[in-house]
Amino acid sequence: MIELEGLTKRFGAKTAVDNLSFQVRPGVVTGFLGPNGAGKSTTMRMMLDLDNPTNGTVRIDGKHYRDLTEPLKHIGALLDAKAMHGGRSAYNNLLCLAESNRIPRSRVAEVLDLVGLTPVAKKKSKGFSLGMGQRLGIASALLGDPEILMFDEPVNGLDPEGILWIRNLMKGLAAEGRTIFVSSHLMSEMALTADHLVVIGQGRLLADLSMSDFIQQNSRSYVRLRTPQQERLKDVLHEAGIDAVSVPATGALEIDGVPAERLGELAAQHQIVLHELSPQRASLEEAFMRMTADSVEYHAHAPGTTAPAGAATAAPAWGAGYEATREGGE
Amino acid sequence: MAFTAVLKSEWTKIRTVASTSWTLACALLVTVGISALLCSFVSSRFKDMSAAEKLTFDPTMTSFAGMSLGQLAMIVFGVLVVGTEYSSGMIRTSLAAVPRRASFLFGKLTVATALALVVGLATSFLSFFLGQALLGDHGIGIGEDNVLRAVAGAGVYMALIALFSMGVTAVLRSSILALGILMPFFFLISTILGAFEATRKVAQYFPDQAGSKIMETVTDTTNQVHAPYGPWGGLGIMLLWVLAAVLGGYLVLKKRDA
Repeated sequence: MIELEGLTKRFGAKTAVDNLSFQVRPGVVTGFLGPNGAGKSTTMRMMLDLDNPTNGTVRIDGKHYRDLTEPLKHIGALLDAKAMHGGRSAYNNLLCLAESNRIPRSRVAEVLDLVGLTPVAKKKSKGFSLGMGQRLGIASALLGDPEILMFDEPVNGLDPEGILWIRNLMKGLAAEGRTIFVSSHLMSEMALTADHLVVIGQGRLLADLSMSDFIQQNSRSYVRLRTPQQERLKDVLHEAGIDAVSVPATGALEIDGVPAERLGELAAQHQIVLHELSPQRASLEEAFMRMTADSVEYHAHAPGTTAPAGAATAAPAWGAGYEATREGGE
Repeated sequence: MAFTAVLKSEWTKIRTVASTSWTLACALLVTVGISALLCSFVSSRFKDMSAAEKLTFDPTMTSFAGMSLGQLAMIVFGVLVVGTEYSSGMIRTSLAAVPRRASFLFGKLTVATALALVVGLATSFLSFFLGQALLGDHGIGIGEDNVLRAVAGAGVYMALIALFSMGVTAVLRSSILALGILMPFFFLISTILGAFEATRKVAQYFPDQAGSKIMETVTDTTNQVHAPYGPWGGLGIMLLWVLAAVLGGYLVLKKRDA
């Protein structure tokens, strides 16, 4: 269990983490989500007592990190895969960490085996690829067999096999009843691994809810209809008491909360030609972008297709639902 | 947090990087080698020296002539022991494992200084005996007045130079910055300022100039100016520098974000 209370970090005039309070519960994977620069890494460094908070506290199993005797046996962390001495072998890098926390030497070989680095255990870690470095970092996190594990963007730069491996590893560790706290800026990745979500933007808490609640609240499903007889179809739908929103950009109608089958039957009854009848589901990535749109620090202003602006054009269709979610989330 | 566990871990860190052995081997070989060269040179030219020079000739000090260069390797050793934690990013992993800053820093400094002391003493005794053998009739025995103090002191001096460098690096948190300041300081600035009457009054309180007094057995030699402190006073001044650097390093580590 990790508890954050009013955690705040200011660098000069800039507030990187702003009064953050939440708990990370055992037995589940908690995703820590936010755009780049939202303060995820700073928060994680404060959790490990590497950075001093301006205000607030973090407690690991009820204790301040600095008061943990042999902390690697309580909490293991992967913050930066490159945080090892490149001139030292993988085995020796782990050995000096193990010795400082009185972890038996045999455990070093065990974790190297677990992450699949046994064949390169005696090799200097500076020759490691990003994926191997990431595995070494994960081995160091697992060294003390801790109840709490923390990973900062663990899938960054990994190949699909590595990503799958980390995903399964985290799920397996959570299934053993451990506390898993993992950060990411990719909603799609979190949707596959996390059971619970903590979303931050510009250092502030935007949402703290279960993954299923997030999906329920944010993934709007609707049906898209296209027809050369749009006005007629609109009248028919209106008579049937169905609200349709036309999207001028695509020339389509979007209808919420009515199954595609019923719409198809209705069109057939009135002999209306349909060019498209397709059930749609707004992606979680889109929902995440809407949630954090106001707090993204570095907007890309590419001509024509800026992501936040593009999202805004679709806003009339389901902006109302989104606003309700935001109020619920905040 | 058991301090012995930290010591064990720091010992593993120090023995598993290549820079440890090459810097320490350099310190020993350069000091012993240059000292031996100078001793054989002095030995062959002894009869050409002036009467005053002969009278105040310090054979012990002469056998440490290579130390002013050899100490530069000791500085590199001290800088790298602390500096690579920062340059590699290892510091965050290290502090996550040993969150108490005092345990971490003093564990590291204890192990590294102990190793520097062992190598320093090996260097000073080797340098002394080889130097005296080359000086032949003009040499001095280890049993003479103050000689053992000077020889052991030379070893302690090397360890303190290393520890001073570790402290400075902990303050600066960068190997490159620390080397950029320490190397020119000890190699050039201290020597140059010590060579002129006007600046010597300040330079004599620099850590190397004060500390190296411990290696002298003859005071007021012709090419040395009288200092307002003796061998032990000089070592004391050096110790104050070392303490200040280490304390500064500790405060920086404690206050700043890793």
